[in-house]
Amino acid sequence: MAAASTLKNMALCLTAVCLVCSAVVGVAYAFTAAPIAEAARAKTTASIARVLPEFTSEPEQGSVQVDGTDYSYYKVDGAGYAIVSPVSGFGGILTLMVGIASDGTVHNTAVLSHSETPGLGAKCTTDEQFMSQFRGLDPSVKTLAVKKDGGDLDAITASTITSRAYALAVSNAVNVFKQLTQGGQDHE
Amino acid sequence: MSKWHFITDGFVKNNPTFVLVLGMCPTLATTTSALNGLEMGLATMFVLVLSNIVISLVAPMVPDKVRIPVYITVIATFVTVLQLLMQAFTPAAYETLGLFIPLIVVNCIVLGRAEGFANKHSVGESALDGIGVGIGFTVSLTVIGIVREILGSGSLFGWKFIPGDGILAFVMAPGAFLVLGYLMVLFNKYLAKK
Repeated sequence: MAAASTLKNMALCLTAVCLVCSAVVGVAYAFTAAPIAEAARAKTTASIARVLPEFTSEPEQGSVQVDGTDYSYYKVDGAGYAIVSPVSGFGGILTLMVGIASDGTVHNTAVLSHSETPGLGAKCTTDEQFMSQFRGLDPSVKTLAVKKDGGDLDAITASTITSRAYALAVSNAVNVFKQLTQGGQDHE
Repeated sequence: MSKWHFITDGFVKNNPTFVLVLGMCPTLATTTSALNGLEMGLATMFVLVLSNIVISLVAPMVPDKVRIPVYITVIATFVTVLQLLMQAFTPAAYETLGLFIPLIVVNCIVLGRAEGFANKHSVGESALDGIGVGIGFTVSLTVIGIVREILGSGSLFGWKFIPGDGILAFVMAPGAFLVLGYLMVLFNKYLAKK
């Protein structure tokens, strides 16, 4: 039956198992690395297309530091900026892509990644009523906070923290946009 | 002798959710909708079948004192492979299930079947047992998900047929406990009658 539990046997067995297992994981990684990168890229392009008005030019990637946080963004000529805005949500980092048209209004938002509770905070990716509030929103007219905090946005039912994080992410993106466009004017 | 009972045992007599009451963390947390439950069940089944097969193969060569670390390493390997595969080919499902996929490593069902079944049975029997318990887990999670989705969101597999918000409690943790409890009563009543 089982091999005797001598030190030599145990060490040999564990070493062998670990070697084989790492090899398996390595092969799986090599095999899936390309599809994973492809899936991530397809998602980024789809998100840019979703959050900005129709565009034909190639998005141009860049990054900027605002209030000590690094933001990456995609500049699309004639359409505006798609800004990647990460904040702390309820279950971890919630990363949004916020499309801001050239006139400074929020065109649309999309969730890039989140770890919110399934069925509750995770609704921020599907709740049409909640997401539609950001479409065409003019940050100089409306306050980007949920009503509980004195803002103009309805929160997702039972997910105030997620909604709050979402509003904060959009509001941060607006600040990034301001910095980006002002920085551009300085150069002119 | 027919080996069919290895599958039906896992489904009825050894039903991981309603009889053995194992793997409660994913059961309660991911069954907010029928689809989530189904995906979680299938993901667990993938790991369960493969780890049962491999563990039944290596068990005779593994010294007794290090068997648990070996099993866990094997299970963790399959979970990592599953995680990479899901990220590559079903990114949407990977996103909804999120951290519950890596948590399959510590799922009692998987280690339980390795320790309680696979290390004393043949490869074929262990594979059948994995399939049986996997189906049992998948069906249980899907049923809980169906009940919670109908009551909590008024929809089924994402198809909405009752307008409005539904009873929110059923989407949240208390609803999970309630639905699990009532389904457990029904299931065991049915078993007792047989």
